[in-house]
Amino acid sequence: MQSFLNIFDIYLLEAVINGILLGGVLALLALGLNLIFGVIDVTWICYAELVMIGMYGMYYLVQVFHLPYWAAAPLVILLVALLGAALHFLVIAPLLTAPPINQLLATGGVLFILQSFATVAFGIDFRNLGIRLPVLALGEMNFSYARLLSFGAALVGMVGVYLFLTRTFTGTAIRAIAQDRQIMPLMGVDPKRIYLVTSAIGGGLAGLAACLLVLQYDVHPFVGLSFGPITFLICVLGGLGNFIGGFIAAFVFAEIISLGGLFSDLEWGYVLAFAFFIVMMFIRPAGLLARRS
Amino acid sequence: MLAVEGLVKRFGGFRAVNNVSFRVEQGEILGLIGPNGSGKSTIFNMLSGTLPPTEGSILFDGREIAGLAPHRIIVGGIGRTFQIPRPFHRLSIFENVVLAGFYGQGRRSRSKAEEAAERALAMVGLPTDRRASVEGLGAAGLKKLELAKALATGPKLLLADESLGGLDETEMDQAADMLRRIRDELGITIIWVEHIMGVLMRVVDRVMVLDHGEKIAEGLPADVAGDARVIEVYLGTDADASLAAAVAEQARRRIGV
Repeated sequence: MQSFLNIFDIYLLEAVINGILLGGVLALLALGLNLIFGVIDVTWICYAELVMIGMYGMYYLVQVFHLPYWAAAPLVILLVALLGAALHFLVIAPLLTAPPINQLLATGGVLFILQSFATVAFGIDFRNLGIRLPVLALGEMNFSYARLLSFGAALVGMVGVYLFLTRTFTGTAIRAIAQDRQIMPLMGVDPKRIYLVTSAIGGGLAGLAACLLVLQYDVHPFVGLSFGPITFLICVLGGLGNFIGGFIAAFVFAEIISLGGLFSDLEWGYVLAFAFFIVMMFIRPAGLLARRS
Repeated sequence: MLAVEGLVKRFGGFRAVNNVSFRVEQGEILGLIGPNGSGKSTIFNMLSGTLPPTEGSILFDGREIAGLAPHRIIVGGIGRTFQIPRPFHRLSIFENVVLAGFYGQGRRSRSKAEEAAERALAMVGLPTDRRASVEGLGAAGLKKLELAKALATGPKLLLADESLGGLDETEMDQAADMLRRIRDELGITIIWVEHIMGVLMRVVDRVMVLDHGEKIAEGLPADVAGDARVIEVYLGTDADASLAAAVAEQARRRIGV
């Protein structure tokens, strides 16, 4: 009995820590989506598909062009940042004053375009970098270096965005335009430029997430489906556009998935997370941190 | 410095502003008055680029600005305050103003923006402390912040929109004096839209009166306050007629007509 409890505690602790590690990457994904929603008031349904394109970018740079991982990563971040800016320029900007449902449908269309493009261009095979990072053994617990690295890089990415938003004029303008979009031009700010910069940052965050996720998961044209929906749920649970709410919700979800997976299969962890989401939508429909009215 | 010719704004079949022309000279304070819905704010929106005019020309320093994007007009040297203050509540007072200083002067440098912000805050009498929060400001403080934001953009022409609504008598006088000081000390030309005639008449050099989108009078405050059409417009309006009469009376007394 005693030994059973010991092992159980170790597994529990391992699951808790793995949940935190998973939460870091989910928080990074949620931050990108929240930034776009909070500032431009548009939901990029195709956000996870940008990540998928980034993962293919990593695969081709590393496996086909034989670039080292550390050289490929900045290129992919830049590539997806440009993709985000292009998405805004080509699809969102013309629809900026259109009803939200039109914007959703348009970015939904981009989702299918990107999936189909990936299917035609890259095929439906599962691909990976062929990099297998070792496992860190801490006592009787095992943590993959891929997860530790992802967690660390995600934190660095989020701190970088935080510093950018608080320390630069462009960042301050981005925070301000999220609060009142009509007043900004009368302070001399060109909103089109701010939106384009924001979209590039949102894309860059998707690119960073792609570099990290490709260490842990194979890439295929539909890989976006494995983390796209969960990213949306996190953003909605945290309150769409609420950066801190999204951050907290990411760790709540990650722990539910990780701990739920401990007692049964990992898939049951997802089932629990989605069930939790539905219950929360009844209790706090405006998100975790919503002010009570 | 500003020459407006044949300005028209139509919303569908409704003419909010109908063929209005006027000039503003360098260093002048022009008062713009009229009942609710007379087209004052629509004119301001066209001058600051928020609304494109249907017809007409707006020459600012000899350059056509009608239909330009608002941020270009602001960077070009026109500042604007709003009737209802719209600060960014999640930014500090200083951040609000320094942002206007940076973008309003064409994104030159951090030090220039901070300098402009400090000067603007000192001018209106708000703390230049970097962390002071917007939350503690009352109605008068918010109006000052609104003014500081407009000043930080480095305007040659300031469009002040009904700056005194919601203030008490003393605060109103202080605010009116501040507009005069902005003109006297900074050399900024001002167009001032206001409901409250009394205070306005005391400060402005000239006044222009609008009714139903048309200019019905223009001239020295004393002449305009005695104009029969102006008195009729102010008396003949809505339920505030008696109040308007009192205001007009007060205005005449103050300027000694």
